Amino acid sequence: MPGSIRERVMSRGEARSRGAMRVGAALIALLALFAVAGPWFSPYSYRALDWRHLAVPPGLIASHWLGTDALGRDLYVRTLYGLRLSLVIGGLASAVSVLIGVSWGMLAGWAGGRIDAWMMRVVDVLYALPYLFIVLILTAMLGRGNLTVLLLAIGAVGWLTLARVVRAQTLSLKRREFIEAARATGLSPRQILWRHVLPNLAGTLVAYSTLLVPQMIVYESFLSFLGLGVEPPRASLGSLINAGARQMLTAPWLLLVPAVVLVVLLLAFNLLGDGLRDVFDPSGR
Amino acid sequence: MSSIPADGEPPVAPAALLSIEALRVCFGGPARAAAVADVSLAVHPGECLGVVGESGAGKSLTFLAALGLAPAGAAVSGRVRLGQTDLLAAPEAVLDRMRGGRVGFVFQDPMTSLTPHLTIGAQIAEPIVRHRALARRAARMRVLELLEQVRMPEPARRMRQYPHELSGGMRQRAMLAIALAGEPQLLIADEPTTALDVTLQAQILALLAHFKRERGMGLVLITHDFAAVAGVADRVAVMRAGQLIETGTVREVLKRPREPYTRELLSASAEPFAPNPAAPPGTSGAAPAVLAVDDLEVRFAQSVGGVRRRWFTALEAVSVTVAGGEALGVVGESGCGKSTLMRAALQLIRPHRGRVQWLGQDLLGLPARRIRRLRRDLQLVLQDPLASLDPQLSVEQLVGEPLQIHEPSLSSEARRVRVHAMLERVGLEPALYQRRAHELSGGQCQRVGIARAMILAPRLLVCDEPLSALDVRAQRQIRLLLAQLRRGQGTSLLFVSHDLSLVRHLCERALVLYLGRMVELAPTAQLFTRPLHPYTRELLEAIALADPDLQPARLAKVALGEPAAPLERPGGCAFRVRCAHATALCAERSPPWVSAGEGRWVACHHFRLWADGMLSP
Repeated sequence: MPGSIRERVMSRGEARSRGAMRVGAALIALLALFAVAGPWFSPYSYRALDWRHLAVPPGLIASHWLGTDALGRDLYVRTLYGLRLSLVIGGLASAVSVLIGVSWGMLAGWAGGRIDAWMMRVVDVLYALPYLFIVLILTAMLGRGNLTVLLLAIGAVGWLTLARVVRAQTLSLKRREFIEAARATGLSPRQILWRHVLPNLAGTLVAYSTLLVPQMIVYESFLSFLGLGVEPPRASLGSLINAGARQMLTAPWLLLVPAVVLVVLLLAFNLLGDGLRDVFDPSGR
Repeated sequence: MSSIPADGEPPVAPAALLSIEALRVCFGGPARAAAVADVSLAVHPGECLGVVGESGAGKSLTFLAALGLAPAGAAVSGRVRLGQTDLLAAPEAVLDRMRGGRVGFVFQDPMTSLTPHLTIGAQIAEPIVRHRALARRAARMRVLELLEQVRMPEPARRMRQYPHELSGGMRQRAMLAIALAGEPQLLIADEPTTALDVTLQAQILALLAHFKRERGMGLVLITHDFAAVAGVADRVAVMRAGQLIETGTVREVLKRPREPYTRELLSASAEPFAPNPAAPPGTSGAAPAVLAVDDLEVRFAQSVGGVRRRWFTALEAVSVTVAGGEALGVVGESGCGKSTLMRAALQLIRPHRGRVQWLGQDLLGLPARRIRRLRRDLQLVLQDPLASLDPQLSVEQLVGEPLQIHEPSLSSEARRVRVHAMLERVGLEPALYQRRAHELSGGQCQRVGIARAMILAPRLLVCDEPLSALDVRAQRQIRLLLAQLRRGQGTSLLFVSHDLSLVRHLCERALVLYLGRMVELAPTAQLFTRPLHPYTRELLEAIALADPDLQPARLAKVALGEPAAPLERPGGCAFRVRCAHATALCAERSPPWVSAGEGRWVACHHFRLWADGMLSP
């Protein structure tokens, strides 16, 4: 009885974060829709050079709504194209991270003892590695602009935190009575993990993987900004920001447009992720 | 005994310590039903008011609201006076000074109501420093004094320890010391004994009665069990669904209840010594054993100071059998190894030594896969009904799971039919089948747990304290259900409990464990009428009776102190430190496990000498 009352008191704070969560979800949906459908409304392709309109500022000139860069490429289309790439890479890298992180963490947590200790030391070592060096070495070995390398480099760090979270949760779930009840019923370890541990992790997973997406997007943008990611004529938000930064004083819109889009995108994912975490995992704040 | 008249009429309104008039507590606007509706109660100095009702009856809420502790969002109306102070009108600062000062609280769960990062001593000193403005040294002395008064063992050491280092009983003693630190005139104890085993329950109740007498303070004892109030309370109030059903002196309410609801609750506070027609005639020895445990020893590694490990022997030299169709009770206080025995028998933990045989087959050498297949005949019901159900699954899924595992060929339609039939047998309505565990009451959860265990029609059902988390009414219902299911299917039962009275109702034989060793094994009827071991006798004496004529005298005999902690197992007979009949022999040699005839076994050097003179009440 007192429990239900406490819940009602909590929900006031929760209502606020749920509002923010909805805003985040709506923004993401809107941005994704734009990324897919937006370019159709423009007559230009992301690689077409318009020699007659070089570096025009945003306006209505020749349907270059957000202006063009020094080579006359349409910034509206290129930004949306970059957004598309960021979303795809963010989503893919997160999915890979979740897959690795969940299996790794769940196995370590369930096995316990020495196996757990070793598996977690591997995570610690990967955490400690100078990440940027590794990416540099990888790109040097496999060539620049290789999307697989990019995904690999991003995915290699993404799963680490998740593995830790999942391991901790599995450890605490393992001691719960319903797991013992499942063992006594005659379920095998695999059945217990699949039917009783994973579903009870789901809430945490949804929340943390939503927070993982913006992290992955930032990594990708960062690598592209350093010139280690996507190669022209293709564009990602990071490479656009990089190009824009070079002409910051003469053509500020080239920096501002992709930067604003990136910030809004990250904010939307963080709003959604934070909200989801509050809903599913009130202790994780 | 100065402030209350010895018998009959309690003093009337003007002398009341706490008076509650027409108290009403509502949640979520006036349209909602009141959680507490027009309750009027009074507590006088030196008097104990027992407030009895099922969980959710509004007993706790009444007193929380009266003392300004109603949860946010609650609308409280009525009149509450503590002495001359009008509590509902008083500013928060006044209430703050009053709580922990003139009014002390003791809550049900001492683990969650103590702050984990502060030592017991610091937490007891808090109200002393706050309410009595004592210097630190003086406060320390006072803490020690309080811990001695609540009979904390080794008070000087305990006051430097943290809550998690103490046992449940010691934590409750610490809570009591905190409550007493402010020299309260009124002590409110909310289910103070529910989380404890029988011996500790009796000790805490005896302590409360002792303080009431010594200090002449008012005591409110909130509980679901009439047996708990019978020995302590002067007056009793019965609540149901936020309303006061009946009030009167203990004798009036317990002996001549007016309301049918009170009568129903009273009958649920089982009469432990009454003859038990429900128990089938003893089948011990007749049928061949299904489960045989032989010379079992279980040890746990313990890290002391973080690094070094030492072994703690939880169970030693335990041999017992469960015959086909028999119900065996395993009894003892918390930490005696009864749950360990059950887990080792089910191969949920690995024993250090000994044998466990199931239908003549040794379980210890078997590969995990084989054991999993055998589990269909060895099912388990756990103590905490809510925690033992996966929160993500519906009732129907939970009960269907064992079938999915052990009879995978069953079509989902056929499975559903069997699940529904089982749920009907345990008395759950179809409306509940899609609910999740947290949407059910404790009793309903335990029914789901039982349905889950019984759907495979196991040959042995193992129950680990399946009733101790429930209120008396649900306890009685579940107890009857277990007996009925067992009779229907001829299932053997291994029933682990700290409460001998429950074992009495369900089991033909009972094994008593003390600090990991067997002390007595006997048919339950004989165990109750003529216990052979002094420890069994102590357990029997600790059982609370819902009888105001007998219970005060029983409570008066209970030792107020704590039993020896399991880690400090004394040599020789482990029970000798608590035993009134101990001799030099008991310290020297541990007693052998010998037959006492009539299927009785006991481990006591002197059982022949003194047992004959002993009779239970």
